[in-house]
Amino acid sequence: MRLTAKNTLLAGVLSAFGLTAILSAPVLAGGNDVVVEDAWSRASIGSNRPGVAYMTIRNTGNEAVTLTSIRTDLARMPEIHQTSTNAEGVSSMAPAGELEIAPGGFVALEPGGLHAMLMRLQRPMIEGERFTLTLIFADGAEKTVNVPIFGIAARGPES
Amino acid sequence: MQRRRVLTFGSAGLGAIGLTLFAGWWQVDGPGAAQSDRLRPLALSDMNFRMVDHEGITVTPQSLVGRATMVFFGFTYCPDVCPTTLSDISLWLDDLGNDADELNVVFITVDSERDTVDAMADYVSYFHPAIRGWVGVSDQIAQAADDFRANYEKVPLEDGDYTMNHTASVFLFNPTGEFVSTIDYHEQREFAVPKIRRALKSGADTTS
Repeated sequence: MRLTAKNTLLAGVLSAFGLTAILSAPVLAGGNDVVVEDAWSRASIGSNRPGVAYMTIRNTGNEAVTLTSIRTDLARMPEIHQTSTNAEGVSSMAPAGELEIAPGGFVALEPGGLHAMLMRLQRPMIEGERFTLTLIFADGAEKTVNVPIFGIAARGPES
Repeated sequence: MQRRRVLTFGSAGLGAIGLTLFAGWWQVDGPGAAQSDRLRPLALSDMNFRMVDHEGITVTPQSLVGRATMVFFGFTYCPDVCPTTLSDISLWLDDLGNDADELNVVFITVDSERDTVDAMADYVSYFHPAIRGWVGVSDQIAQAADDFRANYEKVPLEDGDYTMNHTASVFLFNPTGEFVSTIDYHEQREFAVPKIRRALKSGADTTS
């Protein structure tokens, strides 16, 4: 059967879609290119106060990844927040929105800056225990992190 | 500094020198100085508020006079800045060793609704034992912040709860209750401990 010009065009478009789908595959696996280091959190007093978790999220892939949200069974409303301090020395906290991490780059969640704010705790965060926190990326990839809980006065991942 | 400026601009003529000196005076000692973003806190003895500490004892700023004092504003539902600062303060106190015994350390809440005496007692128990937590009714908290020239604001969260924006600097006073300096949030620890030592040593005759 001879291909008409129209059919050729259609075939071309279809194969272009096919090619795109194949090229997209590694991007969909973007979560695999994310490495999380130095995750830690502080114990809570009861479950009325919001908890907090810190970590370094590193993108080892060749494509930018965008962290869109986080999930954990520990808190009903986990969200990445940003603390900032203005020229008058006043500290405030606000949702950080989506975080894009460049290829080879990283985002540090650390005291006084970005942090995973764990609102509506479902149970107290007890020193010595651990919990899982899932990072959700724009491409649908997920990365689950096992976070150790240190004391309330802990200062960093080595505590 | 001004002498160097005179040398630098000497060839530019007397007018320029005069202008430079005037500009320097304006910014450092003159009316321009009052425009700096931060006002000095009052002396503790000039403050006018009354609160309750985490053991239920009535306290006033005057009760701090006689020893050097370190004050920090915050609230116990604060997940990030307050525990970080309180653990910084705990480390500074460890560094000071026995000298820490000569220091009042006060954590003043800006959250009158949630920070009761019991909530505060529970909270400060996780940090250095020298840290005293002060709680109070809203108008007394407002007066305290005013006297320290500190700011705070209640901010609703999406989940229906609220958080508090607040001044995160640590205020230092000498033993006679005069303001000495602040340790700002994120300031390096190697600067913090010498500042505290300066407040401890700053006597009745040195008010800077």
